[in-house]
Amino acid sequence: MSTPSSPPKKSWSWRSQAFRGLMYQVVTVVAILLTVWYLAHNTKVNMTARGIQSGWDFMLGGAGFDIGESLFAFDSAEPYWKAYLIGFTNTLRVAILGIILTTILGTLIGVGRFSRNALVRGLCVVYVEFFRNIPVLLQLLMWYLMFTEILPASSEPWEIGPFFLSKGGLNFPIPEWANGHMWAAWGLLAGVGAAVFYRKKAQLAFEATGQLKSMFWAPVGIALAGAFIGWLVGGAPTGMNVPMKGEFAIENGGALTPEFLSVLLGLTVYTAAFVAEVVRGGIQSVSAGQAEAASALGLNRGQTMRLVMLPQALRVIIPPLTNQYLNLTKNSSLAVAIGYPDVVSIANTAINQTGRAVECIAVIMLVYLSTSLFTSFMMNWYNTRSAIKER
Amino acid sequence: MTAQIFQPIAARPAPVKTEGVVAWIRTNLFGDLRTSIGTLVIGAVLLLILPRFLNWALFNAIWAKDFDACHTAAGACWGVVAEKFRIIIFGRYPFEEQWRPLVATTALLGLVVASCMRAFWKPWLAVLWAVVLAFFFTLMYGDTMGLSKVETDRWGGLPLTILLASLSMTMAFPIALVVALGRRSTLPAIRSVCTIYVELIRGVPLISVLFMASFMFPLLMPQGFSIDVLVRVLAGITLFAAAYMAEVIRGGLQAIPKGQVEAAATLGLSYWQTQRKIVLPQALAMVVPGIMNNFISTFKDTSLVTIVSLYELTGAMSLALNSDANWRPFKIEGYLFIALIYFGFCFSMSRYSQWIEKQVNKSKLR
Repeated sequence: MSTPSSPPKKSWSWRSQAFRGLMYQVVTVVAILLTVWYLAHNTKVNMTARGIQSGWDFMLGGAGFDIGESLFAFDSAEPYWKAYLIGFTNTLRVAILGIILTTILGTLIGVGRFSRNALVRGLCVVYVEFFRNIPVLLQLLMWYLMFTEILPASSEPWEIGPFFLSKGGLNFPIPEWANGHMWAAWGLLAGVGAAVFYRKKAQLAFEATGQLKSMFWAPVGIALAGAFIGWLVGGAPTGMNVPMKGEFAIENGGALTPEFLSVLLGLTVYTAAFVAEVVRGGIQSVSAGQAEAASALGLNRGQTMRLVMLPQALRVIIPPLTNQYLNLTKNSSLAVAIGYPDVVSIANTAINQTGRAVECIAVIMLVYLSTSLFTSFMMNWYNTRSAIKER
Repeated sequence: MTAQIFQPIAARPAPVKTEGVVAWIRTNLFGDLRTSIGTLVIGAVLLLILPRFLNWALFNAIWAKDFDACHTAAGACWGVVAEKFRIIIFGRYPFEEQWRPLVATTALLGLVVASCMRAFWKPWLAVLWAVVLAFFFTLMYGDTMGLSKVETDRWGGLPLTILLASLSMTMAFPIALVVALGRRSTLPAIRSVCTIYVELIRGVPLISVLFMASFMFPLLMPQGFSIDVLVRVLAGITLFAAAYMAEVIRGGLQAIPKGQVEAAATLGLSYWQTQRKIVLPQALAMVVPGIMNNFISTFKDTSLVTIVSLYELTGAMSLALNSDANWRPFKIEGYLFIALIYFGFCFSMSRYSQWIEKQVNKSKLR
């Protein structure tokens, strides 16, 4: 009887799992490379056949179109790259504001589903079901229609104090720029530094003595006081640029265009429905015993929610919340449908003018990919921070 | 000694009712001071808004196809829907031939609904899908059996929405399955290819994928070879939906305990046998609600194809009203009408998703 020989370590036969795995991978990679090469080859042939030029040189040429709204001045003679930059800032502006607003609204509605008042609960359910089940594009179009059709013309706007609401958008007073505002900004910065310092001290004092100090309102107060002192030091400028009713339109003051407002409102209202569901799911995932223990300690319902339920729910909430933030950012690309000059809308114009579809689409993808990666990076950082601290 | 006369103490008051309408109102609307104040404030706001809305939407509304009356009326003008619903629902499809999309869509919808029922979860359902899809395309495109030819660029409205949603989801499923398995593969090359695909697609908005499908796709194909725009867009939505679905399925795969795979290995099952007989049945049952959510968002996302000039429901609605100056002022009613259609579909799908969640969890109930 012969002793069974141990199997060879690596066999180059199809029966070896390692060999099969290697072969599968080689085949996949080769197939993908071939496809990519084939598509690139086709593109090249097609482009020469149709006389389409390629390359990034067009970015330096004059754009030749105006942009409705931008954070900094732009005229049509300026190059494409600047137009893209403005599109990018417009996308970021609407996305950042939208994320902030949707977090607040979504959290309120998600928490509202646990209210003791049946009316509040009902309204929150209706809100979520209604706005979640209608396409966001349709909602954007409806908001835009409301702004452009239902609101009065800008010659006779609705006045609410110093605010004007009309087809021209929302006009509001802004402080007139003066040196003192720079001082206020520095003051605010110093105040924030002091507030952070105070919080650290208060935390240490709490851990040492058990004396609880205000951890939210006092730091906020310190930061605001810093800004106020800076403002006083800078000469306390009070000049305001107040909007006025002109003959045809509203003059002066700050303004938000109806396009911006519809994109912002549409995205906020739509995403808030999803955020509310995320928040509700997170709160439900915290065991009921926690709430019971909190009320046994004598915390009222608001305190229970704020100090016990939400901090624990946060761990469950953050990953899906990140997804919602990313969705909001990506959905801001729908602004192209109502003419808000975001990066997609600029790229769309650029494709129509230069015919360089490949480059322009590459820019869109690059912008969104980097924004998405940045957002998930930030949220992952926050997630590790708020994750459970185990020994 | 005086005889003590039995003096019953006063009866305790009856316990507060905890059942019935009155009790419900007392606990849920006027439970304590804050609740009561909230109820009063919200009630007042509702009383202010609801009658106005009802007046606008129902009592003062014009239902006749009469735009002169609409212009003077104080309420909504539902006449616009009565007048234009054929264009809103069917888009630019030739008017006399609109029975064809109606029949085709009814068949497709019937199939989708049937696929949702337990009794139909049999292997022959796949054959049925093939048959119904062939029927759908034949009827819609025509050019045979005495039917006139209708190019795909004239397809539109609700049939297009339903076609895009159901077909892209059906095609996305196998892709998603393979990609999800690939992302959990031990082979580094396959794993990274799948990861790159998923993360790339999930990092960009659908609209850029649609732009690619409509602007770039023609450049990628060999010369003299052109693909219909409908097919290109369908491919774009499919690839997009597949990436999201792959993540949902991967979530299910991750939830399978390792012991299951190890047990399968000790029984001598191969990789594919393990996946097919052990892992996937458990994982897929877990992620059915997630896939339904994918379906709902894909259904809503089909509205984006109007940006690349395909007139599905949203596009058909703009088309119907923008071309007619008499009716254009009543766009909001048109939007509400299609919003209601979308809502009907999405809401019933989410209800179905909840039902099926209970169905697949039956085995876990004790």
